[in-house]
Amino acid sequence: MSGDHSDATIARRVRRLETLLEDKGVLSGARLDEIIDATLTGATPANGARVVARAWVDEEFRSRLLADGTAAVRELGFMEGSYQRLRVVENTATTHNVIVCTLCSCYPLRLLGPSPSWYKSEAYRSRVVREPRAVLAEFGLELPAGTDITVWDSSAETRYMVLPRRPEGTRELGEEQLAALVTRNALIGTAPV
Amino acid sequence: MARINDVGGTQGFGAVDITDDAEPFHADWEARVVGMLNALREQGLFNTNEFRDAIESMPPAEYLTTSYYERWFEAIRILLERKGVLRPGELDAG
Repeated sequence: MSGDHSDATIARRVRRLETLLEDKGVLSGARLDEIIDATLTGATPANGARVVARAWVDEEFRSRLLADGTAAVRELGFMEGSYQRLRVVENTATTHNVIVCTLCSCYPLRLLGPSPSWYKSEAYRSRVVREPRAVLAEFGLELPAGTDITVWDSSAETRYMVLPRRPEGTRELGEEQLAALVTRNALIGTAPV
Repeated sequence: MARINDVGGTQGFGAVDITDDAEPFHADWEARVVGMLNALREQGLFNTNEFRDAIESMPPAEYLTTSYYERWFEAIRILLERKGVLRPGELDAG
């Protein structure tokens, strides 16, 4: 994508806006660099994976997480300021959860990292609420016909994260090893763990 | 009336391209736009709802033919003009 004409045009306009805002004293380049660094290093699915691993090993934390996700992730030091509520939805033997933002791209960035392009695509947003089973199959996730699928549509105020099922045969694993099994797509609900 | 961004349940957008991005941003300008949004929001120049409204008010043809972060950039420009930080047309003048 980079290098084509439209990309060069927008890159130039972005630079010009940055310069204008600096000249007007609205923005400083140094603050912008700090914010970008913080976004790239502070927002990662490793954070969501840590939350999941804790819930798998600590039953009381799991209960708190499902009752009030906002407060529970704050215990681990994770919460971002731009939305008000995190709701964690738990996969069970009979229910699978998947998240979307049909209107745009709302998403718990700090816990899941920058969202993938497909999450923001019109195709995913339009279809996952209409035919979730078919969309999940395209991700390679074939769910039994008897599994209920719940699709959670995010808003500017409420964001969702999936608590996947702990895989069989992981009794011996510690919290860190468990966290390493959890992928971003598992936190969105488009992959199992 | 529903706006163009309200695509939930509509048909015709085709298959989901599930290819994963190698990097969170495809170009440096995309990261600058994200940084700018957060910096301006941090200063209280506008809030998330105003930002979303600016994106979601885009004419359908423009919305569907611009990339995700181009929409963000456009929304930031619109809000800066609305708030009087930029004069109308200032960004693209000269």
